[in-house]
Amino acid sequence: MGKQAGLIRRRLTPWLFLAPSLVGTVVFYGLPFLDVGKRSFQDAMGTRFAGLHNYRAVVDNEAFRLAAANTVRFLAICMPLLMLVSFVTASLLAAGAELKRKRADRSRGDRDTGIYGLFRTTLVLPMAVPAASMVLVWKIFLCPDGVLNQWLCGITGETWQVDWAFSRWAFPILVMTYLWRHVGYDMVLWLAGLQSIHGELYEAARMDGAGVLARLWYITLPELRGTFVIVAVLSVVNAFRVYREAYLLAGSYPDASIYLLPHLFAHWFLNLDIGKMTAAAVLLTGTLGLLAVLGIGICRFRANMAGKGGRRP
Amino acid sequence: MKHLVKRGKGSAGRLFPVRRGTGFGLLLLALCLLVWIPLLVMTAAALMPEDELYWRYGSPLGLGQTPVRAALLPDYPSPEALAELLLRSPGFFVMFWNSCIQVLPVVLGQLLVGAPAAWAFARFRFPGRRALFACYVVLMVLPFQVTQVSGYLVLDRLGLLDSHLALVLPGIWASLPVFIMERSFAAVPKELLEAARLDGAGEWRIFLHVGLPLGYPGIVTALLLSFMEGWNSLEQPVTYLKDRTLWPLSLYLPDIAADKGAVAFAAALVTCLLPVLLYLNFQEELEQGAASSGSRE
Repeated sequence: MGKQAGLIRRRLTPWLFLAPSLVGTVVFYGLPFLDVGKRSFQDAMGTRFAGLHNYRAVVDNEAFRLAAANTVRFLAICMPLLMLVSFVTASLLAAGAELKRKRADRSRGDRDTGIYGLFRTTLVLPMAVPAASMVLVWKIFLCPDGVLNQWLCGITGETWQVDWAFSRWAFPILVMTYLWRHVGYDMVLWLAGLQSIHGELYEAARMDGAGVLARLWYITLPELRGTFVIVAVLSVVNAFRVYREAYLLAGSYPDASIYLLPHLFAHWFLNLDIGKMTAAAVLLTGTLGLLAVLGIGICRFRANMAGKGGRRP
Repeated sequence: MKHLVKRGKGSAGRLFPVRRGTGFGLLLLALCLLVWIPLLVMTAAALMPEDELYWRYGSPLGLGQTPVRAALLPDYPSPEALAELLLRSPGFFVMFWNSCIQVLPVVLGQLLVGAPAAWAFARFRFPGRRALFACYVVLMVLPFQVTQVSGYLVLDRLGLLDSHLALVLPGIWASLPVFIMERSFAAVPKELLEAARLDGAGEWRIFLHVGLPLGYPGIVTALLLSFMEGWNSLEQPVTYLKDRTLWPLSLYLPDIAADKGAVAFAAALVTCLLPVLLYLNFQEELEQGAASSGSRE
């Protein structure tokens, strides 16, 4: 009897830990989400079943196609770019710090201070600066009478009066603000990953005559798989938050190239276009879920392959 | 505690073994300038007297078409704008407190609610764990707009619209912190938990006395990111707060540029002070938290 009670208690424990979180998540996210699903099949008043009417309306919608295409384009460009830039920065920082440590007294300990510490602190700093604070500064550079136009004027000798944030350059500008804000934390993640790789692996590889690229491909990247997943997930999370920068820089009706899904949702919300909103939300969730499943599948497949190859215990 | 975070010793740079670091240093310096220059421009503008500010930045402040005369340092530094903002702008004061009221309970709540959940995901094997965690991850990635309508209806039914709670309650149950804390808890060495169990400690004691202290960097990281997210919030207050006296700082800034240009930069500077100071204070935890987040199960 006592044994059984113990078993039940052990089974119950994780759920007790989870309960407070689960209750709130269900109330504030789970139920609303189910409600979205239900409404996407109903007419605007939420009374009658409308079949796929809303979905057809969304897919046929010009603005939706534009926003979806822009969002996909933004993700497709920003994610790899952010991961690459932050990885290269982290590698530079790691190499530099290592060099400095080699030169300096080795007994000073693991945490490197000095100029590389300053670099690291600096590069993460933008993460802490609210988007609203930076908007005015970006305008100093990007407005028609701004610094960028003055530079171009100085270089080309012609007059420049481009309102960059509202031109077709809005897209690269948005990409830049996204990178500016997020490179830092991703860099910290990569750096931590790089530091967790044991030096002996590299030494051994170098003994075997592996060059920089070989070491990168066979040691660094496989060892950083965990970091890769985190950075990728956070990149997507943050990509949707770039709406803030887009909105603050260019308002509700930006250049067509940065008209993203959140812009569209905001317009639909103002117009109380609930049918389209919910149907688009379901489509978006489905796409993201599919991507997540694919991503997890690929990761597991690669892990299995690596396991069979005997490289990993 | 730090020695428990496993690290390959000083191996970071072995990928690119270099002899001279000048090139690396210069490249990094260039990247850092991209951060320093905008922040310096902002700080300088915050410390300018009104006439200098309008002379330099009339155009971005929407006061005519004069060419911008950017500066990294003010010609006539003056605390005028800051004093005006802090002492004679009650609106700013109200919104600053609104931001605090809307963000701090969220962070505290995430600690109370999210940390145990993250511990459960990291430390127990139970049926449905993977599926449930996948749900949390999907919720985390989903943009706010997906559940905007329904969230609005839920808050309406609970009578929470147009109150601070409309931002606080959904904020507490955001799933990003659970995700980050889970990574950190998963990195706690199993042997320690076994040892604690052998000593007869119950699961809650293990969580409180082993999990929380060892997962501390990850917890701080998660809460720090939440704080910054909340301090930066835009969509939620716009949607849930019609009453402008409840608006947080992040919504005040876009307005103030048009309204009261003289203090706009000062307001921008003061707004980023709190998150920046928090970051500088918890930088080490952030880096340690990152160290555990990449570890695989």
